[in-house]
Amino acid sequence: MKKFVDWLDNRTGGKALVHDALYENVPGGSRWRYVWGSTLTFALVVQFITGLFLWMSYSPSSQTAWESVFYIQNVMSGGWLLRGLHHFTAQAMTVLLVLHLMQVMIDGAYKAPRELNFWFGIALLLLVLALSLTGYLLPWDQKGYWATKVSTNILGITPGLGSILQRLVIGGPDYGHQTLTRFFALHAGVIPASVVGLLVAHIYLFRKHGLTPKRPLRKKDEAFWPDQVLKDSVACLAVLAAVLFLVIWPRLKDAHAPMGAELGAPADPSEAFSAARPEWYFLFLFQFLKYFPGTTEIIGAIVIPTIAMIVIFLMPIIGGWRLGHRFNLGFLGALLAGAMLLTYLAVHKDRNDPAYQVAVRDAQRNAERVRELATEGIPREGALALLQNDPVTQGPKLFARHCASCHRYDGTDALGRVPKEAAHASDLKGFGSHEWLAGLLEPAQVASSKYFGGTKFKEGKMVKFVQKTIAGLKPEDKAQLPKIIAAVSAEAQLPAQSEADRKDAAAIEEGRKLIDSETFRCTECHQFRKKNEDATAPELTGYGSSEWLKDFIKNPAQDRFYGERNDHMPIFGEGGRLDEKSLDLLVRWLRSQGARPHNGLTLR
Amino acid sequence: MVNETEPPSPERRDFLKKACAAGIGTAIVLVPVAAGITVLLDPLRRKSAGSEKVFVTTLDSLPEDGLPRKFPVVASRVDAWNKMPNTAIGAVYLRKTNGANVEALNVVCPHAGCFVDFRADKKDYYCPCHNSSFNLDGRIANPKSPSPRAMDVLEVEVRNGKEIWVKFQNFVSGHREKIPA
Repeated sequence: MKKFVDWLDNRTGGKALVHDALYENVPGGSRWRYVWGSTLTFALVVQFITGLFLWMSYSPSSQTAWESVFYIQNVMSGGWLLRGLHHFTAQAMTVLLVLHLMQVMIDGAYKAPRELNFWFGIALLLLVLALSLTGYLLPWDQKGYWATKVSTNILGITPGLGSILQRLVIGGPDYGHQTLTRFFALHAGVIPASVVGLLVAHIYLFRKHGLTPKRPLRKKDEAFWPDQVLKDSVACLAVLAAVLFLVIWPRLKDAHAPMGAELGAPADPSEAFSAARPEWYFLFLFQFLKYFPGTTEIIGAIVIPTIAMIVIFLMPIIGGWRLGHRFNLGFLGALLAGAMLLTYLAVHKDRNDPAYQVAVRDAQRNAERVRELATEGIPREGALALLQNDPVTQGPKLFARHCASCHRYDGTDALGRVPKEAAHASDLKGFGSHEWLAGLLEPAQVASSKYFGGTKFKEGKMVKFVQKTIAGLKPEDKAQLPKIIAAVSAEAQLPAQSEADRKDAAAIEEGRKLIDSETFRCTECHQFRKKNEDATAPELTGYGSSEWLKDFIKNPAQDRFYGERNDHMPIFGEGGRLDEKSLDLLVRWLRSQGARPHNGLTLR
Repeated sequence: MVNETEPPSPERRDFLKKACAAGIGTAIVLVPVAAGITVLLDPLRRKSAGSEKVFVTTLDSLPEDGLPRKFPVVASRVDAWNKMPNTAIGAVYLRKTNGANVEALNVVCPHAGCFVDFRADKKDYYCPCHNSSFNLDGRIANPKSPSPRAMDVLEVEVRNGKEIWVKFQNFVSGHREKIPA
C-alpha cells in the first residue's frame, strides 16, 4: 500500500496537496462559526450525487417530465428518498447561504484583500438560487409550471434584452418541450459547471488569504485537521439529519402520506392554478411585487432588487470607509429582516384567504387522484390526459361551472365552496338513489331547498301529492312506499346500488306495479314503461340512468321531461353549452358518487 | 510551545477526533450515494412483462405450401411509466407444418438482435447484420453462422380451429441457451 502511495505521489505530488488541504492553519483554533462554508460544499456534493442519479431516470419533455418524476417518486425503489434528499438539500442550501453570508459579514471577512472572493461568493449565491429556480420547473407539475411562468414573465419585462432572453430561456413563445430541455440543460449542465468553476476559485482565494479569525483569538492556532474537520463534519451531519427529517416528515404527520418531496398534478396549461406560489425562499419577492401594481411592477421586480444587489457588490469597498462596516451590517440586517417580514405577510395572507385554501385543497385532491390513476399506467399522451378524462376530477368542476348557479351538491358547488345565494333547484348529491328518492317522498323535505323549494314547483302537483296524499296514507299503504322507491331507483342502475338492486328484484317488481296502482297514481302524471300522451312530469322509465340524465340535461323541455313547464333550466344540448365529452364526464361522476352502497330493503 | 504561524503537528491523542471526523465525513456522503445506487439498481428488481398468449392471425392467412409469413405481434406494452394498449411489440414468422400444425419463430436473430429476413428463393432465413442463416424450421443452416443457437421457437396454440395464438417472448441474445429476456 505504502509503495503504491509513494509511486502515485512521485507522479502526482498528491501528498503535498493533501497535506496543504488538511494542515491549513486555523488562527485561534477551530470554532463552530467557521463551519458554514464546509456545510455548503457538502450540500453541493449531495446535490451533484443525487442529481446525477435522478438524471438517469428523468426525461425532459412535456409528456414525460411529470411522468418520469412520478415513476422515480412512486415506483422506483428508493426513488422517494433520492428525490427527497435532492429537494430538501436545495432548501437547506438557501438557509446555509444566508448563514455563511452573515458569518462572513459579521467577521469582516469580505474586506480587502478579500473583495474578489466576496464577489465570487455572491455570484455563487445567485447561481445556487438559479439552480433552485430552474429545478422547480423540472417535475412539470402545476405548482412549478405556474410559479416558473411568473419568474420568466418577470424576466420578459426587463428593459432591453428582457423579452429576447425570455424567449430564449423558454425556447419559444410559450412553455413546452423546449422549455424543459433548456431548463434541464441549465439546471444540470450550465449552472453546475459555473458553480464548480467559481467554487474552485472561491476556495483557492480563501486558502490564499487564509481564514479571517474572530478576534480576540481564544486559543492557540490549530491545523484544519482534525479539530475543524470534525466540527465541519458534525455540522454537515446535522444538515443531513435535518434534510432526512424533512423527507420523512409527511409520514410522521399522516401514516399514509407519501414521503419525500411533493409532486403536484401534472402541468395543465388550460387550467389556471391559483394555488401557485414560488418556493418559500422566494415568497418575499412574490409578496414584494404586490406593492407595485400595474406598470410600476418593474420597479419592484427589477429596479429595487438590482439596486440592492449593487449595494451588496459594493460592500467590500464601502467596508473600507469610516462606519462602512456598520453600514454594511445594517443594510444586510435590514434586507434580511425585510425579507422575513414579507415572507411572514405572504404566509399570513394565504392562511387567511379562503379562496387560496380551496385552491390548495383542490390541488392536493388532483395530485392524489392522478397518483392513483397513474399507478395503473400512463397513456402515451401523458398523465394530464388521465385527469382530463377522469369523471371524479372533471365532474365537480363541470358541476361548479354549469350547474351550481342553481343546483347544489351536498349544499356546495361540488368543489367545497358554499354559494352565497340560496339554491334555485334541487341538491343533486345521490340523485336517483334510494336515499335521495326517500327524501323526495318525505312530506317534510319535498318543499325544502334540497328538492323543489327553490323552484316554481314548490307549489306544484308533486309537492301537494307528497304533502297531502302520501302524508295521509294508511299505515299499510305507507309500508309499500319503500318498494316504489326501490323500483324507481332501480331504473337509474346506479353502480353503487347494483348489489341492492339484485337482492331486491322481487320488491322492485312489486314496486313497478304499485307505480301504476290506484293508491299511488304515479302514472297519472309520469310516463312509466308505456306510452302516455298526457304525461306532464318527467318520465320514470330509466329515471336517473346515464341515458335519461344525458337527454334531460341536453333538453329538459322535451315532452318526456318537463315540456313547456321547464323552470329556467337551460337547454344544455344547444349553443355549444356542454359538449358530449363533458356531458358524459358530468353524468358519470354524478352517478358514481353520492349514492351509498347498501344491502337493499330491510322490510322483507 | 507552538508559535502563532506554524500549525501544530498532529498528535496521537487526536486519534479519536480523527476517527470521528473521517467516519462522519464518509457516512454523510454514503447516504446520498446509497440512495442513488438503490434507484440505479431498480431495473434489476423489475420482472419482465408476463407473456400471455396473444392472437396473431387466422389459419387461412398462412400459405398451404409450408412457407413462412411474417406477422406483427400486437399487445399491450409497458415502458416504465407508460402503458400502451394495442402496440406492436415484435414480430413472428408463422408457417404450417404437415398440414394442421403451426410453427412460430421469433424474427429476432439470437446472435445480436437484428431482424432476420426470409429469402423466398433460397427458402431460408438470413440475418442481414452478420450473415447468420437458418433453415425453415429455425435451425442454423450454415455452420459458419455467428448465431449461438437456432432461431427461437415460440409456443403456439390454435383456438377454435382457426385462431392462431402465440406466447410471444424475447430471449437474451448471444447465449447458447434460450433465456427469457
